[in-house]
Order: sequence, then structure tokens, then C-alpha cells
Amino acid sequence: MAELLIKNGSVFDPTRSINGDVMDVAIRDGRIVESAGPNAKVIDASGKTVMSGGVDIHAHVAGPKVNAGRTMRPEDKLFKSQAAAGGYRMEMGFSIPSTFRTGYDYARMGYAFVMEAAMPPLHSPHVHEEIHDTPIVDEAALPVFGNNWFVLEYLKRGEIENAAAYIAWLLKASKGYGIKVVNPGGTEAWGWGLNCLTLDDAVPYFQITPKEIVSGLIETNEALGLPHSVHIHQNDLGNPGNYRTTIDTLRLAEGVTAKNRFGREQVIHSTHLQFHAYGGDGWGNFESKAREVVDYVNGQKNVTFDLGAVTLDETTTMTADGPFEHHLNGLNHLKWTNVDVELETAAGVVPYVYSPSIRVCGIQWAIGLELALLCKDMDRCFISTDHPNAGPFTRYPRIYTWLMSRKFRDETIGSFKYSDKVVAATEIAGLDREISLYEIAQMTRSGPAKALGLKDLYGGLSPGQDGNVVIYDIDPANLPSDPSKLEAAFQRAAWFIKTGEVVVKDGEIMNHGNKRTLWVRANVPENPQVKRDIHDKFIKDYTVGLQNYEVRDYLAPNPYVIEVEMEA
Amino acid sequence: MPVTHTQVGCPYCGASCDDLEVVVSDDGKEILEVRNACAIGNEIFHHATKPGRVTRPRLRQEDGTHKEISYDEAVDYAAKVMIEAKKPLIYGFGSTNCEAMAAIGRVAEKGGAVLDNCASICHGPSFLAIFDNGYPSCTLGEVKNRADVVLFWGCNPMHAHPRHASRYSVFPRGFFTRRGHKNRFVICIDPRETDTAKISNLHLMVNQGHDYDLFNAFRTALRGHEIPEEVAGVPREQILEGVDAMKKARFISIFYGMGLCHTDGRNHNVDIAISLTRDLNAITKATIMAMRGHYNIAGPGQVWSWSYGFPYCIDLSKGSVAHMNPGDTSSIDLAMRNDCDAFFNIGTDAGAHFPIEAVKKLRKHPWITIDPNICMASEIADLHIPVAVVGVEEGGVVYRMDNVPIQFKKVIEPPEGVISDEELFNRIYMRMCELTETEPVWIHHPALDVAKAVTEE
Ligand SMILES: [Zn+2]
Repeated sequence: MAELLIKNGSVFDPTRSINGDVMDVAIRDGRIVESAGPNAKVIDASGKTVMSGGVDIHAHVAGPKVNAGRTMRPEDKLFKSQAAAGGYRMEMGFSIPSTFRTGYDYARMGYAFVMEAAMPPLHSPHVHEEIHDTPIVDEAALPVFGNNWFVLEYLKRGEIENAAAYIAWLLKASKGYGIKVVNPGGTEAWGWGLNCLTLDDAVPYFQITPKEIVSGLIETNEALGLPHSVHIHQNDLGNPGNYRTTIDTLRLAEGVTAKNRFGREQVIHSTHLQFHAYGGDGWGNFESKAREVVDYVNGQKNVTFDLGAVTLDETTTMTADGPFEHHLNGLNHLKWTNVDVELETAAGVVPYVYSPSIRVCGIQWAIGLELALLCKDMDRCFISTDHPNAGPFTRYPRIYTWLMSRKFRDETIGSFKYSDKVVAATEIAGLDREISLYEIAQMTRSGPAKALGLKDLYGGLSPGQDGNVVIYDIDPANLPSDPSKLEAAFQRAAWFIKTGEVVVKDGEIMNHGNKRTLWVRANVPENPQVKRDIHDKFIKDYTVGLQNYEVRDYLAPNPYVIEVEMEA
Repeated sequence: MPVTHTQVGCPYCGASCDDLEVVVSDDGKEILEVRNACAIGNEIFHHATKPGRVTRPRLRQEDGTHKEISYDEAVDYAAKVMIEAKKPLIYGFGSTNCEAMAAIGRVAEKGGAVLDNCASICHGPSFLAIFDNGYPSCTLGEVKNRADVVLFWGCNPMHAHPRHASRYSVFPRGFFTRRGHKNRFVICIDPRETDTAKISNLHLMVNQGHDYDLFNAFRTALRGHEIPEEVAGVPREQILEGVDAMKKARFISIFYGMGLCHTDGRNHNVDIAISLTRDLNAITKATIMAMRGHYNIAGPGQVWSWSYGFPYCIDLSKGSVAHMNPGDTSSIDLAMRNDCDAFFNIGTDAGAHFPIEAVKKLRKHPWITIDPNICMASEIADLHIPVAVVGVEEGGVVYRMDNVPIQFKKVIEPPEGVISDEELFNRIYMRMCELTETEPVWIHHPALDVAKAVTEE
């Protein structure tokens, strides 16, 4: 592989506290190196911004519910699609893009990694089929555990070791990355059309509470020493007044210390926090509680979060929170898809329009941005839209721009039909802060890489890390005053080099790169009871044979397997 | 010693059973015994190793006879047809794996083809209804473990999906349904006294073509309004008995078939069935599912949705973007309008299933059938390319009627020299690239390395 030397760029690398210094970055054999030889291909980055490849900690990009959305919504393809160029696959869809478009669009924005945020284990072969049809961007997937019958039974009986052995087996079987929890207990209750809205609502039949599920899974995660922490979508998502449940859930992490060899410090990652920071006791007095939630998070070193910021688009909501999607459908009366998955989880899909003419949507937009603007530790606050729930991932550049430009925020508030009401229910209008390029790099590179336990590969530009380098046509010394110019520069990178190969030049795809699938193999002591339980449940309750459930190797053709040893 | 393979998938109906046991002879060449399968599934396995299989491509000659040619020649022929046609139509896929469906996407995109599957003539109306109303569904294990009211509307699983009732919907003892069929109240809605009607607790003999009226009556009664003494030929008491059972249910599963989506009303019948399911979710838990016909006919809907965003009727002829417009870009309509100039029949029998007028029009242009077996479509084709039988001689991912992916196994080798659909499509693609002097579009995948190696040899 050729050597590359990126010369004279303004480099932002929070892992080494490099804040816009003009310097060179060298790549050899797919990795960052100290210096390049005389034959290196030179890329002139003077007057431009240089960062490592972006890391998306939470997006729904592959698998059954994403695809249910694509199938259900032909109209999503009426938004403009980039026409196929010779040598590349067609690109279709906007909020739920095709796999090909997904890979190309992440690359155009300079992203190296994306985490598929919710994999139903039974459907994991499907998730991996989509992942291997998604070019360029590295991916991993989080299996969902918060409503899994094995987990509910083991944790009810306080059997952490058994829960750990089962989770280790399932990560291997599904080629999954870590422990995702969605509406703990509530999604199992949805099997009967019910829900768990508070931490103490017992799950029907299983008689375990969401609180016990979350605490048990945090303990199990740290016992296993997984690279990532428990990754949670709390109970009561999307409802006025839910911020109390959110904070109560995060409190379950108090006093727990991360145990792992990956340098991860948090024990809980709270995802799409925007949907969980709501005040009021109904839609009439709906208001932002971003400050309350962020104040709590600011003081808790072992908590990380991502925004789930609303982008004011027509989009497609989808979540393993089955009862929420049913509830949402009752509010907007559009079409509704649901898939309950035996013994494991559920999913719902509903189209949604975040309209600037609707007060609640304006408030939601403000909350997403407030969470970042009020945060004091940008290494623990990550940018996401919970793609496609609050908006498509292709709007990240617009979110950066809102965060970086007070002027742009004011323009947007001014465009709302109910500006006054949005301003009254939030504090967005009073926030002067403008996020810096360095902070953007923290929120999209160093921070999420560390939280995922992947700081050796991604998030920075130190020798030995993956050769993922993006060059944006943005001069830090002279930021464009027109917000749309800033957004455009982030949308289409001037250059993106992924593991040493130039995959994007002038915003166009050059190459299909060499994408990988990351998964975690947790090695645990032999556990005959769990082995027997798995065997029994497949005989009695599942409708798929155990041999046909475990994802076969050929479905993840370019694996990067992270080994973890659990001490007995 | 003969070898017994367990948890083998069955390449027959949409129930996609994966609990078969197949005993294979010492030399791995003969299937001795198949356990657990229905009669038809059984036959598919035994048929594979019977004498008389076509093992080489056959090209029609001037005198009308078929002559054996090599796979290389067949690949070359198919690639040229694909390149030369202005708007080739590729149709079928009821009986192959998802790997093949992904591989054909590359061919279709390069050839500017229309990509369509059997849904076009079976559950297409279901897709139209889903586009309008969504699809509140579940996996079949949920039905087994929870359902206490099961409704079969316009379908007859006792014949069309022989093990559906025993594995998933009526008889099995599930986690919350330990007493099996005693835990379940079964309703059948069908104008005929079918075998499914015979195992039901309640059979509503709806007048043919009046399903929509009956759904309306269900929805009306469910909302507590009066309904007439008789609707669609069904007496009020019977309707109310059904509604009452649903109101008391903890988990309802509605299964429907072609008897609903291919009678008067078509997609509107499915639409109102989905609306009934939505109504029921306001008071209890309810799900709905289409009884998909073939073991992997849900597959193309999945693979092509993630590739193009559309499940069927996908027109790629613009070359830049895909578009779907059933009625316009659907196979039968294209054929009847004479709007395609080459036909690829893959893993199905359009010769038997299409209206004769459509077949006649398609037959004016090159017709290539890709199928392991002799069928009408193979016999009227200009070129028949035999391939390995998926589920028997080739594994791969298939999607069951509930869209659950199941990794099927291979239990025996295909006849000497016979290749898989996937390998065939990849070779056609590589040949198209050679002929047009273009670079293959590739996302790293071991399967293409195989095709590459073969091409380079
Ligand atoms: Zn999410």
C-alpha cells in the first residue's frame, strides 16, 4: 500500500490535545506513522481542517427494522438520490437509505465507523447481510438484551455469572459487539400490549423490574470486561416529564467503576438523551429539562451520552421500543409496522415529520442542541440523531453548524411558526456558546472511540492507529460566516483516507475501501447450566434451530474480532 | 456409514421448516431418508438425486431442439443478451437463496433491467397495502408462545403450508400456551369448507369476493356499533362470536393468503385487515401476517429493499436511479405491453404461472430459464441453465414468511459440474464487464473472488 503524507493541515486531535496546530500526518500500510519516506504521495492540506475519521456511536443503519422502514416507505425514495456513477452502485433513499448509499454517505462525511444500535439476535444474519453490503465504513452491531428471556430469568435470580455466560455466548453467536438495552422490561410487556413506564413497573410474568434489569446488566458488563459499557435507551422515551426516570436510571450507575482493558471509563452510555429530557405533564406544557439532565451528567464521570438531536426533517422513526412506536402512531396516525421477536425483543416503525410549524418539534430541536451547549465535558457528549429517529445521519454537518454558530441557531428559531413558545419552553435562545472544531472532534472522534473501547483504532492520529484521516475544506483561522458553507464542507470532505486508501476526493467516492465488521468474543469459564438452558429453550420455545441461529462466518467476510477474557 | 444431517431447512413452502433430518449415503451422493418433512418437502430432497437431472446448459437450435453447451458458453450467451437488450426483465426468485438475489442485483443494475419477483403475481397487493398502512406483525415463535386466538382468512395452511399449524399456529405447546391447541381459539374465514376450516372452532363461510364487507362488520362490531343480521353471507351471531373471542384474547394472530389478496378488493382487503389489526391493538395485542408461498419468497423483498429501497417491480433501466410503479413496472404489465425485450426466468416457472398472452409476448424475445429442474419455462426457453438445488445442494440465507432469516444447509454435492445461482450470476456479471470493457463494481466479498478465479482460469 502506498505511503501518504498529508502536509500542513490544521490538525485537531483531542487524544493528544492538538488544537488546530499546523502539522503533517503520515500513513503507511493502512496506519498512522511518525513520518513518511521520500516516495510518499503528498496531499496538500494547507488552510484546511484535518481530523481522524468520524465515529458514530449510535445509528440504525442495518437490519430488520431499518429494512421494514425501507419497504414500507417507497415515498422516501422520492427525495433526491445521488445518481449512480460508473463504477458505483445506485444510491436510493433519504431517511432510510439503501446500504450502498449509507456507506457512500458516511464516507463523504469522513466517517470511519458506525455502530448499528439495535440488533435483534434472531435477525443477526440479516444484520450482517446488510453490513457486508454497506461499503467502506467499518461497522459493529449491538444485540439487544433488556427484554431477553434468558437475561430476565438469570437476573431475577441474581445469577450474574450465568447472565455473563449467556451474553458471551450470544455475542459470539450473533457476532455482536456489546450490551444494548431498550426500554428494559417494557418491550417484553409489549408482547401483551403493555409497557413498563417507570423503573419499578414489574415485567408481566417475569416479575423483575427495569431497575433490576439495568443494574444487573451493568454488573454483568463489568464482570465480562467488555470494550463498551451498557448502552441504554431508558424507559418512558418520548413522553413529557420523563427526565426524572432518565436521571433515576443513570443513578443506578453511581458508585460503579468500569473494569476493562480498553481504557473505557463509563459504565453506562445513555443514548439519544434528547428523547429523555422532557418536562411538563402533557404536550400542553411540554418543556425542556436538558439542564436538569446535563447538570446530573456533568457531575458523573462514569456516564456518557449521545444527543439524538432533531434535524427538522421528514424521517422514519424505528426502535426496539415497540410500545413507544404504537403510542407514536396513536399521535400521528400514519402507517405503523411492528415486529415482535420471540424470546428477545420487538421493533416498531412509524414515519414522522418534525415540522418547524409545530411547537413540540421546535422544542425537541432545542433540547437536542441544549444538551451539548450545556455540557461541560465534551469527551462524554457525542453527536447523533439516533438516525433515522430524530433525523438522518446525513444531517450531522447541519448539527455541527448549529452548535458552532449562534447566528444559525437564531435563524432557525426565527423560522419557527411558534418561535416565542419554543423560546419560552427552552433556554436555547439564551445560550451564547459556540462549539469549536476541537470540541467537534471530541464529540465525533476521540470521545465515542474511547467510550466504545476502540481508542487504539479510531478517534485520533497517533502512530499505530488506523490510517483514517479526513480533510475538510475549512480554514480554522477564517471560518466561513455563511453557515451553509460550513455545513457543505462537512457534508463532502475534500479528502477522506480510510485505512490508508483514498476513498473520497472533492466529495466524490473514489474507491470501495476495505470495510470491516467488528465483534467481540468474550471468553468465559465453561458453564454447563447455561449451555443446557440454551439447548432447552431452542427445543421448546424458539421456532428456529440452534444450528441455524448462529451467524456463519461467511456472512461477516472481513471480521475484526476483539477478544476479552473473563476471570473465573 | 450413512450420515444424518439435523436441523436441515426445507426448500418448499413459506413455513421454511428447519428441523428436517436427512440421511445421506456413505459416498455423499444419495439421499436415503428424510424425516420430519411434509410429503412435498420430502419429495424435493429425493427428487434431487433421481436420474434424469439436467446437468449442463441447453441451447435451442434452429431446428427447435435443445443442445448441451458448456457453462462458459451459457454465461457468454446470457451476458450478451443482458447487454444487448434495451430493457431485459428478470423475474422469479421464489426458490433460491439471498446470496443469489444480491448477486443478480449487480447484473440487473449493469444491464439496466427490471427486477421483479413472484410477489408480482401473488402477494403484490400485500405490498401495496403495507405502503399505505404498515404491517403490525411478529415472528412465528410469538404466535407459538403467546397466541390464544388465531384467525386464518382466505388461506388453507393444512394444504398450502402443511406444517404451519403443527409448528407455529394451532397445535404447538408454547411458553404461555402450554396446552397447545386447547389454549387456542381458531377462526377460519373462507367460502369453502377447507381442511383448515375443519380444525377451526369457528368457520365463517363468507360469500366469495365479499371479504371487505365482512372486515367492515368486524371493525364496526368491535367498536360497539350495531351490524346487520347478515353480512357477506355470514349471520350476525357468528360475526359477534368471532368479535367476542378477539375482545377476550390476550394475543391475536391473523394469517391471510391469496384468498384475500386475489379476490375482489385485493390490496384493499389487506388494507382493511391491517386496519382491523390496528383497531385490535387498542384493546389487546394483535398481529397480522401474509402466508407467503415459497420458502424464500420473502427474501427478494428484503435483499432488494436494502439494495434499492423497493421490494419488487424495480425498474433499473434509467441506470442512475431505481423506480417502482406496480402496474407499470410489474412483470405481467411489461410483458403485455411488449415493453421488455429479453426475459430471465429464475427459480420459478413463469411458463406455468403467467397468463398465456404474456408468455406469448415474452417468447418473441430471448428467453433464458435458470432453474435446477425441467419445467414449462425451461422447455420453452432459448437457453436453460441448470443450477444446484438450494436447501439440498447449496446452503444460504432464506427469509421465512415472518421475515426471520434462516441459514439453510447443503446436505449433498450438486451433480458434477453444476454450479449455484450465485456463482452463475457472478460469472455473468464478470463476463458483462469483460464484454463492455468496464471494471466490476465490487465491495469485497469472498464469493466474487471465486467468480474472479473461475473467470481468470
Ligand atoms: Zn436508537
